[in-house]
Amino acid sequence: MHELSIAQIGERLRSGEISSERLTRHFLDRIEAFDARLNSLITVTADSALEQARRADERLSAGDAGPLTGVPIIHKDIFCTRGVRTSCGSRMLDNFISPYDATVVERFDRAGAVCLGKANMDEFAMGSSNETSYYGPVRNPWDVERVPGGSSGGSAASVAARLAAGATGTDTGGSIRQPAALCGITGLKPTYGRVSRWGMIAFASSLDQGGPLARSAEDCALMLCAMAGHDASDSTSAQREVPDYPAELGRSLAGLKIGLPREYFAEGIDPGVVETIFAALEVIKGLGAEVVDISLPNAPLAVPAYYVVAPAECSSNLARFDGVRYGYRCENPRDLHDLYVRSRSEGFGDEVKRRIMIGTYALSSGYYDAYYLKAQQIRRLISDDFEKAFETVDVVAGPTSPTTAFRLGERVDDPITMYLSDVNTIAANLAGLPAVSMPAGFSERLPVGMQMIGNYFAEAKLLGVAHQYQQHTDWHLGVPPGFE
Amino acid sequence: MALSPEDVRKIAELARLSVDEAEIPGYVRSLSDILDFVRQMNDADTSGVIPMAHPLPMSQPLRPDVVTETDQRDAFQAISPRVDRGHFLVPRVIE
Repeated sequence: MHELSIAQIGERLRSGEISSERLTRHFLDRIEAFDARLNSLITVTADSALEQARRADERLSAGDAGPLTGVPIIHKDIFCTRGVRTSCGSRMLDNFISPYDATVVERFDRAGAVCLGKANMDEFAMGSSNETSYYGPVRNPWDVERVPGGSSGGSAASVAARLAAGATGTDTGGSIRQPAALCGITGLKPTYGRVSRWGMIAFASSLDQGGPLARSAEDCALMLCAMAGHDASDSTSAQREVPDYPAELGRSLAGLKIGLPREYFAEGIDPGVVETIFAALEVIKGLGAEVVDISLPNAPLAVPAYYVVAPAECSSNLARFDGVRYGYRCENPRDLHDLYVRSRSEGFGDEVKRRIMIGTYALSSGYYDAYYLKAQQIRRLISDDFEKAFETVDVVAGPTSPTTAFRLGERVDDPITMYLSDVNTIAANLAGLPAVSMPAGFSERLPVGMQMIGNYFAEAKLLGVAHQYQQHTDWHLGVPPGFE
Repeated sequence: MALSPEDVRKIAELARLSVDEAEIPGYVRSLSDILDFVRQMNDADTSGVIPMAHPLPMSQPLRPDVVTETDQRDAFQAISPRVDRGHFLVPRVIE
């Protein structure tokens, strides 16, 4: 049952062949049997999951079911879930029982999905390996000595290990796509504004975007239908109709122009990754697409600009964690200043503190122009590069990550090497463009992901390309050894 | 460009974070490394480029000035560290 896609699960639930309760129990059993190896979940919500499953079964018998009714998923622990701990991977929110649901959570609830639990993640979404979590690192099911990627490492690992049919994640610099690539699954970062950020704990407000992780593009399309759409509670949410994503998957790739930026194949990219990507592109060419060389001249500036913008916005967003109204409070504060300083210093981990400090510096008087403003100008240049590229190509492709999954502990002492894991994903966040990562093969038995970036609101086109590719390949169907 | 230990202390204070004296060299190193890294931005000529704060061509949407929120103070304060009769309690601020 865990080998089924969301689409297949939906069919079998609606035909009565399986019940959501039985399916949910099956996934909960798998979580119990396998998650100790992975640490992909911070909270398992078994009782409420079974209750949701029973309600879903009622809807299914009454004929009042949609494609996600009864389907078991996991929410990244960055999405507020009413009555359930929402920790954001941090000691700061270890005691935070959210009084409300994020819009994304509410939408899945309304669709009748079953929430199995909250996925582990890098603390406050800051990381590319899921090693900064207060709850310990997540392990990659393809090799448990290696990282699953981050920050949505728990979401990716749990889907790859078939502990859930799908999971939600968030992506600020690559945090859906990079773990999807390292874990051999499909992940989509929608256009900025496509998915509501209400109840999605903020890291960098002009970059954050929630999205689906699942085994296939088709499954991501089903999830995106529930997640996407305007929300009055999020003033950055786009007033734009949501297409019927699954209906748009069938378009042929004949005539599709794929741009391959030479900057995405710069040094530091694993030769095994390059080989796999080129082989994947051959398959896509065989389906009628044309691959064209392009240049994104400002691409090398994306990571530096990001590591000013994101920390700056994070320093502002994380100012709310002060030990006063919710979350961690230090013991016996001497005075208000001590309350703030100790609650924050004890509640936050090292990477979070580092980023808050960089951000504080970049925004401080005398440095704002040289750092933050400059970074926002570079952001414009990067965006303009894509605008120019999309005049001649439909999508921009390349490896999602320059390497396959690295070993746990390998990069923790070297923040900049860690930051460079996101070299290919960051630009899409800066520009606000949608991007998908799809499994494209293996290099030395570790998954390789291929990324495609599309123009604004082109999620249907991206998922369509991925879907067609997945009709002719089976990389997305692989189960990590030991997790069958 | 190296930050000084004093710079690190000042930044920490602005951010309301405490840094032990023993941790200062580590922060000086890692923050200076990151700042060196991001200074690659200076390779780009950005004269006349309009800063991009936000990917979408939008301005703040407005709504009618009508009360829509309900009083959920009890729910929100149920999880507070210290509350009393609707107030959040903190150490004495005014002498």
